[in-house]
Amino acid sequence: MSVALRILDDGAWVSVDDTRRVAVSELWRVPGVEFCRCDLADIVVEGFLEVGVDGRTVEARLYGQCIVCGESGTTGWLPVGRIVDGEFYDLDREGGAAPTGPTPENG
Amino acid sequence: MPTDVEEWKSEVYGNEIREHLERFAEEGWEAIPEDEHDAWFERFKWWGLYHQRNGQESYFMMRIGTPNGVLKPGQAKVVADITQEFAHGPEENPIFGNGYVDWTTRQSIQLHWIKVEDVPEIFDRLDEVGLSTQQACGDSWRNIVGCPVAGKDKHEHVDALPVAEGLHETYKGHEDHTNLPRKWKVAVTGCREGCGQGDINDLAYEPASKEVDGEEVRGFNVRVGGGLARNEPRLSRDLDVFVTPEQAVEVGGGLSALFRDYGDREDRYNARMKFLVDEMGAEEIRETLQEEYVDFELETAGENLREDYSYNSGRETGGHSDHVGVHEQNDGNYYVGLNVLVGRMSDDDTAELARVADEYGSGEVRVTQRQNVIITDVPEEDLGDLREEPLLEDYSPDPHPFMRGSVACTGTEFCSLSIVETKNRQVRYARWLKEHVDLPDGIDDFHVHLSGCTASCAQPQIADVSLRGMKTRKDGEAVEALDIGLGGGLGAEPRFADWVTQRVPVDEVPGAIKNLLANFEERREGDETFRDFVERTDEDTLADLVEPEETSYEDPMMHNTKMTWYPYAEDDDMAASPAPTDRDGQSLPSDD
Ligand code: HEM
Ligand code: SF4
Ligand SMILES: [Zn+2]
Repeated sequence: MSVALRILDDGAWVSVDDTRRVAVSELWRVPGVEFCRCDLADIVVEGFLEVGVDGRTVEARLYGQCIVCGESGTTGWLPVGRIVDGEFYDLDREGGAAPTGPTPENG
Repeated sequence: MPTDVEEWKSEVYGNEIREHLERFAEEGWEAIPEDEHDAWFERFKWWGLYHQRNGQESYFMMRIGTPNGVLKPGQAKVVADITQEFAHGPEENPIFGNGYVDWTTRQSIQLHWIKVEDVPEIFDRLDEVGLSTQQACGDSWRNIVGCPVAGKDKHEHVDALPVAEGLHETYKGHEDHTNLPRKWKVAVTGCREGCGQGDINDLAYEPASKEVDGEEVRGFNVRVGGGLARNEPRLSRDLDVFVTPEQAVEVGGGLSALFRDYGDREDRYNARMKFLVDEMGAEEIRETLQEEYVDFELETAGENLREDYSYNSGRETGGHSDHVGVHEQNDGNYYVGLNVLVGRMSDDDTAELARVADEYGSGEVRVTQRQNVIITDVPEEDLGDLREEPLLEDYSPDPHPFMRGSVACTGTEFCSLSIVETKNRQVRYARWLKEHVDLPDGIDDFHVHLSGCTASCAQPQIADVSLRGMKTRKDGEAVEALDIGLGGGLGAEPRFADWVTQRVPVDEVPGAIKNLLANFEERREGDETFRDFVERTDEDTLADLVEPEETSYEDPMMHNTKMTWYPYAEDDDMAASPAPTDRDGQSLPSDD
């Protein structure tokens, strides 16, 4: 089953099936990003560059700034959500980028 | 591969969107197919409608374009009426109430909480008085900005108003210029103070003189490729072209056609004119314009007046840096500039403004790029009575510098791009600063501009203190924060602020400004302005002078305001949102 994935508002949102689902401006804890040396970067997401799907995992590339060390840059593909039975489920990124189990999300 | 937006535009765009809007209005919000929301919301922008952010589904921001910021007699009243009737939301704003007009940094008007069902009625009422939302947003000619006192100003070199109006009349709804790769922002300035802010627009006409066939002619130099957005600010670049007022419309169309044909449609980030100018260079743009887009020989640039520019300059030049206050016009009447804190005015006050403008002036109201309004054509003998009007207590012609200097964008209240709360916060900041901070002697102008994200709608990079939305952690919690930049300004040598201190938690920003001003006062040489001081001080020192600090200022909106459905609602949880709603404001079931 195909989902419509796109980036809206100049990179401010990932839209899934015509609903804005993942926003910039959150802090994401991400292990080992390319642009800084922190073991666990804490990134203010400033803009999405690309969105895609790998199996059931929705992934995005983004730019942002690590608030631990202050470096800015662009990331590789990071998981942002999952598609289960055609429905999008958000991942908990505040706590850490390692995908957690799907949690229903109200939008 | 063309982007989604380009595909949607190739299917339906321009004037025809209005018919679809009217159909959706008749059938109701739910008639907009859910799997076409992204496409329709993108298209609606062309007719001035921006879908509000998450949690506010089915509500729209509506932008009305007022060319050169001029509301003709009778128009302000209609704006007030429309706001009273159609721009009330399900919750009120604790500072501004329910039902308000935003006067914007591009001399336009924004209303919020508009329902698609009411759009045809609103359009009809605007049409009746010659106002429109056409191309107020979207990828084409946006509202044309300029010196708001054009035609009345004693400091005018050439009257720019007919040129701004000519551009507006020619290119609003013009089929060949309907679908550009991106927005196209134009400024026309005829005065000596530079208040059109051409340096930050895609296309700028700037006052100039040129000897043509042995005769001195007044007209404009043309510049291209300015803009502030996306962390990539650019000043417009000199195209080395002089135009007479008569040639201005044709040359503007040539440049917009050039942008239409050569601009990047593959990548929206790279689509603005400023990037095309980076890529081609001003010289090649000029050659292409001459060869492919205009039928007469272009003159080289004339003598400009940039040395005299004072508007938003942060300098002590003797010229105006805004339009607040009582000033004599070229016909002996006066214009009275009123300070509108962060540009927001209630519907009732807007009705009052219309009445007062009618009673004391010609009924005309003008909007400035510092989010203020001007009443024009007031005879000298009526100034005393006008000053006694209660409206002027709240919107003063002689405000405190912190009130006068405040500019703020829309922010998380409605805008889907924003990272932080903005307008209400800037009001809280200005009030706290007024009460707790003394400005150094003789500093009457001190500009603080707050933008919720890098789109820079509040033009932060050209203020004394630039604030830009960010996030940080404080005691482990994610909190709203601001980057702080210093020393930006236009004028003879325009310069963007340096971002000297990053991610200051929002409750420490007033303390930072307080400490910064105290440090400035201590180090100030003679009566130099803040911008002069910043320019002679190195960046590391400046960073040390900012000193963020908690003070008696408390910020009720530290948390993630973007994750609320409306930050000021009693129950602000996303799940408590009444949206989407039907034409009567009753909640509709939402299936996701
Ligand atoms: C609901 C969404 C938005 C709201 C409420 C909003 C609000 C505003 C306001 C009030 C202004 C000044 C008025 C005017 O243009 O007439 C403005 C200007 C501006 N907007 Fe937005 N805006 C929104 C979306 C965007 C988007 C998607 C962009 C894309 C980058 C953007 C970029 C800008 C820029 C760059 C300026 C002017 C600054 C400059 O001179 O370069 N805005 N916006
Ligand atoms: S600067 Fe950003 S947050 Fe503010 S109104 Fe513009 S797009 Fe929205
Ligand atoms: Zn001017």
